[in-house]
Amino acid sequence: MGSIWEYANPVKFSRTAGVVLPWVSVFATVALIVGLVWGFFFTPDDYRQGSTVKIIYLHVPAALMAINVWFMMLVTSLVWLVRRHHVSALAAKGAAPVGIVMTLIALVTGAIWGQPMWGTWWAWDPRLTSFLILFLFYLGYMALWEAIDNPDTAADLTAVLCIVGSVFAVLSRYAVNFWNQGLHQGASLSLDKEENVADVFSTPLYVCIAGFVLLFIALVFLRTRTEIHKRRAKALLARERLG
Amino acid sequence: MISLLIRDLKLAFRAGGGFGLGLAFFLIVTVLVPFGVGPNSVLLSKIAPGILWLGALLACLLSLDRILALDWEDGSLDLLATSPLPLEGVVTIKSLAHWLTTGLPLTLAAPLFGLLLSLPEGGYLWLVLSLMVGTPALSVIGTFGAALTVGIKRGGLLLSLLVLPLYVPTLIFGAELARRGAEGLATTTPLLMLAGITFGVIALLPFASALVLRVNLR
Repeated sequence: MGSIWEYANPVKFSRTAGVVLPWVSVFATVALIVGLVWGFFFTPDDYRQGSTVKIIYLHVPAALMAINVWFMMLVTSLVWLVRRHHVSALAAKGAAPVGIVMTLIALVTGAIWGQPMWGTWWAWDPRLTSFLILFLFYLGYMALWEAIDNPDTAADLTAVLCIVGSVFAVLSRYAVNFWNQGLHQGASLSLDKEENVADVFSTPLYVCIAGFVLLFIALVFLRTRTEIHKRRAKALLARERLG
Repeated sequence: MISLLIRDLKLAFRAGGGFGLGLAFFLIVTVLVPFGVGPNSVLLSKIAPGILWLGALLACLLSLDRILALDWEDGSLDLLATSPLPLEGVVTIKSLAHWLTTGLPLTLAAPLFGLLLSLPEGGYLWLVLSLMVGTPALSVIGTFGAALTVGIKRGGLLLSLLVLPLYVPTLIFGAELARRGAEGLATTTPLLMLAGITFGVIALLPFASALVLRVNLR
């Protein structure tokens, strides 16, 4: 293992991705199947929420990933701006669609759970509102990538948007907290709190979270490699046309 | 710097500059709202601060692509970029010109529209104050969005999509300040937050705007 910057070389990255990808995919599949089956069929119903409680096995990992994918994009955008490694920019580009899907899963599962529990599909609760805003950020970020033809210009502009957007996303989080009191429950998975989710529920939840993280890693590897190949194919085509 | 500001203002005020556009849009929104929600003055006075802020924000949004697009098309932006004035300064002046032609008139016209929406007595001062403090942030953030999308043909929709989430904190604190002022509640926290956002974006965002403008110009 050399320095991490060796992987900025697209060839090296593609080769490593080829080696790592099958393993990560297998582990992700196993973790997701085990976690979801365990969570859906082998945990008791909650005494107040009934079986609706089981949606947390999709909702919580998706929500967790929605935020962390954006964070990963922020880091790779910074790396791109500072060190100009193309793989970094392409990883951010590849991660965005995964992030927006995670955000959508969190919003939709939340709505499905909220309908019987809170009696409404949607409430302007701070957490829900923040996720809607996050969704808009993802949408704008992806639209900007698509709108610009020159790949380097697109990478630069989206990277700056990601950084500025992060600041505003944090600001929005505090703003909506100030603006409305929430229905949403607080954090209940921390290590230092007295009142946490019971172990019967939380152990499969951790397996699910691991599965979502592995799934994300696999998808980002795959999508980044695809982007590299796409770019190489474009370069080859251009060379061929020149004769 | 001053001459650039004067040039931008002249361009905006003369025919086709779109100076009246924002104001007209603001007027349309406030006149149409009572038709939409009914003439009940209790309800109207309750939602007036929010409607006025929303109208001001949308009117601002409407004129954003004019900040840089015209200069980009006729090439004067390239000239400005090669001038001795740093691009950060150019961008700041552009924001200031945009604010002077949209934010400031909207702020001054807001009490009149407040009258139409039967805003409570004590609310006028706070409405004007909140708009005065908040609309510069809208112009500066909008300039950043305009700089991002300046190279894109028909980028109006994309510009709105990018700027929309960036406007959320300003709108929340601005409308909250106006609402609390109208209802006679404590106003210090939202006022400080709104002022903080405005000064923060004035201090920092021109650097980001100039950065993306350089990328777009290369």
